[in-house]
Amino acid sequence: MDVRSSEPELRALMIGGLDGGAAAYRTLLQKLSGQLRAYFKGHLSRISRGPVEAEDLVQEALIAVHTRRHTYDRSQLFTPWVYAIARYKFLDYLRRTKVNAADVPIDEVPELAVHDDSAHVESSLDLKRLLAELSPRARQTIQYVKLDGLSVSEAAVRSGMSESAVKVSVHRGLKALARLIREEKRS
Amino acid sequence: MKTDQLIDMLSTNLEPIKEGRLKKTLVWALVVGGAAAFCLMLTTVGLRTGVAEDFLPGYLALKLLFTLSLIGVGAALLERLMRPGQDGRKLFAFVFLPFFIVVCAGVASLVFGQPMAWGRMIFGMQWATCLLCIPLFAVVPFVALIWALRKGAPTNLTRTGAIAGLVAGALGATAYAFHCPDDSVPFIAIWYGTLVGLCGAIGAMIGPRLLRW
Repeated sequence: MDVRSSEPELRALMIGGLDGGAAAYRTLLQKLSGQLRAYFKGHLSRISRGPVEAEDLVQEALIAVHTRRHTYDRSQLFTPWVYAIARYKFLDYLRRTKVNAADVPIDEVPELAVHDDSAHVESSLDLKRLLAELSPRARQTIQYVKLDGLSVSEAAVRSGMSESAVKVSVHRGLKALARLIREEKRS
Repeated sequence: MKTDQLIDMLSTNLEPIKEGRLKKTLVWALVVGGAAAFCLMLTTVGLRTGVAEDFLPGYLALKLLFTLSLIGVGAALLERLMRPGQDGRKLFAFVFLPFFIVVCAGVASLVFGQPMAWGRMIFGMQWATCLLCIPLFAVVPFVALIWALRKGAPTNLTRTGAIAGLVAGALGATAYAFHCPDDSVPFIAIWYGTLVGLCGAIGAMIGPRLLRW
């Protein structure tokens, strides 16, 4: 798949997602996960890390795309935005795992994934265990809204919170989850 | 965890995103930081006295021109730096422009001024107060800006920290300008320039630790 031809498509899906279109957003994340997987695998193979680490990074990048999606400016190209996030997350991974960045020729692969790559492995992350580390309130709202698929108003009734409090709690919970995943991989 | 599971989770009950939220956060930080710096100036050193007698509003305007142009360029840069994929490279050079102009003007006014008066032009009456106040007044604006930037997703943390420090320093200097009794261009060039630059350097040093996400 050529990146340049997919830019208008990805951008349209992203804007659809920003407007609340769940189907467009799901398609976007699926397409991105293939591109991100190829990107991270390509880089990790140079420092002899395997596909599980690549899958960890794919998931971390997807959560970053999600929790930071408000930083995308609709008037700008979409691919450079995703690429900057993927690159940032990869450099952050190198720093955390103490791999010397000078050994990795990052700029040799300037484009975000020229081909798709489907998942054959699971990441090392255990969602249930990570959720257990969140605050009870965040855990409950994420369970209701994001996993059980209850609407925000249903979740608000069940948890005795206001709708806006549920939204805030889900957003903060996902950010906390991203933080936990980063710390998990510090080792 | 399977990636498809994560994708399901993220796209379930997707919240729409309002445009312009990020910009609003940044503007808030600038307003709150600036107001805090101004209040701190009022409660510590106070407004400049003797306004009626020997006050030259031209010099206040000159100081504000320097600090406000830095705040303007810096804020525009931060708005780009907090978004991935926009590094604001073209705008970055303009940050140095106010420094360059004020230093040139300072040197010129020394050259054309009386050598006898150089000491007074450079050190003024309150260089030490200036030295203390600008960094002190910059603290709250810096905290506010870091708070706002953390809502974004800066990918060049050193540069973002540096610009945040610079803008905070310029906000501190803006507040101090309303007290500052020293009316000379070399004074502005040396003390305002160096201290605002110093705030930028500190921002560059501690930015990466504060802005990581």
